[in-house]
Amino acid sequence: MTFPYSRAKSGQQPCIIGIGESEYKRRGGHAGTSELTLLLQAIRAAAQDAGIDARQLDGYASFGYERHEPVIVQTALAAPELNFSNIVWGGAGGGCCASVMLAALAVSSGMSQYAVAYRSLCQGQYERYGQFRARPMYGQYLAPFGLMAPAQMTALTFRRHMEQYGTSSEHLAEIALTIRANAQKNPRSVMYGKPLDREQYFNARMIADPFRLYDCCLETDGACAVVLTTMENAERLGKPAVPILASAQASGPRWSLGPMGTHNMPVNDYGTVNSSQVAKVLYAQSGLTPADIDVAQIYDAFTGLIPMALEDYGLCDRGASPRFIESGALRPDGEMPINTAGGLLSEAYLHGLNLVIEGVRQMRGVSTNQIEGAKTCLVTSGGGGGHKSALILGKN
Amino acid sequence: MSYLPREMPFPHPSPEDETYWQGCRERKLVIRHCNTCDTYSHPPMPSCPFCGSMDLGWRQVTGEGKIFSYTIAHHPVHAALKGHTPYNIVVVMLDGADDVRLVSNVVNASPEEIRIGAAVELYWDEIEDGQFLPRFSLKASNESNKKEAS
Repeated sequence: MTFPYSRAKSGQQPCIIGIGESEYKRRGGHAGTSELTLLLQAIRAAAQDAGIDARQLDGYASFGYERHEPVIVQTALAAPELNFSNIVWGGAGGGCCASVMLAALAVSSGMSQYAVAYRSLCQGQYERYGQFRARPMYGQYLAPFGLMAPAQMTALTFRRHMEQYGTSSEHLAEIALTIRANAQKNPRSVMYGKPLDREQYFNARMIADPFRLYDCCLETDGACAVVLTTMENAERLGKPAVPILASAQASGPRWSLGPMGTHNMPVNDYGTVNSSQVAKVLYAQSGLTPADIDVAQIYDAFTGLIPMALEDYGLCDRGASPRFIESGALRPDGEMPINTAGGLLSEAYLHGLNLVIEGVRQMRGVSTNQIEGAKTCLVTSGGGGGHKSALILGKN
Repeated sequence: MSYLPREMPFPHPSPEDETYWQGCRERKLVIRHCNTCDTYSHPPMPSCPFCGSMDLGWRQVTGEGKIFSYTIAHHPVHAALKGHTPYNIVVVMLDGADDVRLVSNVVNASPEEIRIGAAVELYWDEIEDGQFLPRFSLKASNESNKKEAS
């Protein structure tokens, strides 16, 4: 269960040394540029940021529903070697941070010298995640009844949270408005220059009660990537490294595909994002506690995922998220600033990997919405699917 | 007329759950039951998610239950749903079947009448000749529930 960073030889600790993004656009905005082209732009940008040639990449990791297999990427980059090629199982973005974990494992074990974790996703070129898609497992128990989209699936779990703990549309509005305000400082975000107020939030159409339009993430076109190596290599390159203090993937018992399955998760876990076990492993690996987390990038495919995640990761007590949110804790000047670049709700929907990139910027001290003195950043992955994953990034 | 349009995706039974859908054709709700630990489970799997035993059978249940969670879908996410929103999606906890839940719909309730804890009973909704889906209706004894919700 523990990732062997503490046992890694000095210098073998994994770190992120490069981040790269294509331009992020609304769905259809990149109609003239293929998803693979955008991915190569992102990977080359990440390699350049790391101070290496993209052809030096020899490890490749991604997560569920990525279309471009590493051998294709390797070929397109004209990279001579591929020594690590892995993808994390699962939908709903649950494997995103785990893809960074794979890249970390590859470099700290010595299997790869420079590994990239990447994601490309153009909903304007391929299927739309918010529309019906045939599912390989258990769809016969869902689709005939009209349970067909992630907003509906997570509305069901969040409804229980509302019933149990009193979360309401007021809390969702605070989250949506906070994250949109964060995006106003980030010129890369597709919602840059488009502020949102309470009236617009509450007047927007209902999608799947209680989720209104602005409770749901964006449909965008883009790609992004992060390059990992060991601290030893990073020092040789003279590049600022962001160490990975912990990385984990986990699921509680009987969760199966969770909200994307038949909703037979344990009753007591139902109104959660199934991340308590991930949190336990993260804190055990890093020796940190929730009180040590300075800033968080929380998977926000839907606003309602955030109260549940705050509780699962111990950032507030179970059932205390409504009061925590009301206190303004999630704002940049609050106790636990979240999604400081605009998240999946307002920056772009790269299935979570853009949250990792913002975590790196926070630890480098170069975010467009920099949290003063932040030394640790929690990044979480996954909402409606089965297993979940997360990282704790640190400051070198 | 069924609760949702006939053009909606149709269940395609697999070897794992042919018995479940055959039960539906006969308007009997049959749920996987473990002969080793005496526990119901869903969806049908070849082994019991509580104890791992592969000694499983099927048992018919009454189909009475309570709404465990719900959403009201307003946005048509499938071509067949255009003009058919809003509709409800419920998770029903079945009575007498441990914590087994079915994703379904309540056919006789306005969105305002759907609430967690409301008692429901099976309503076999015919989606084509001889194939029925297990949907639900609010129980008549729920008048107090209805008033409270409205």
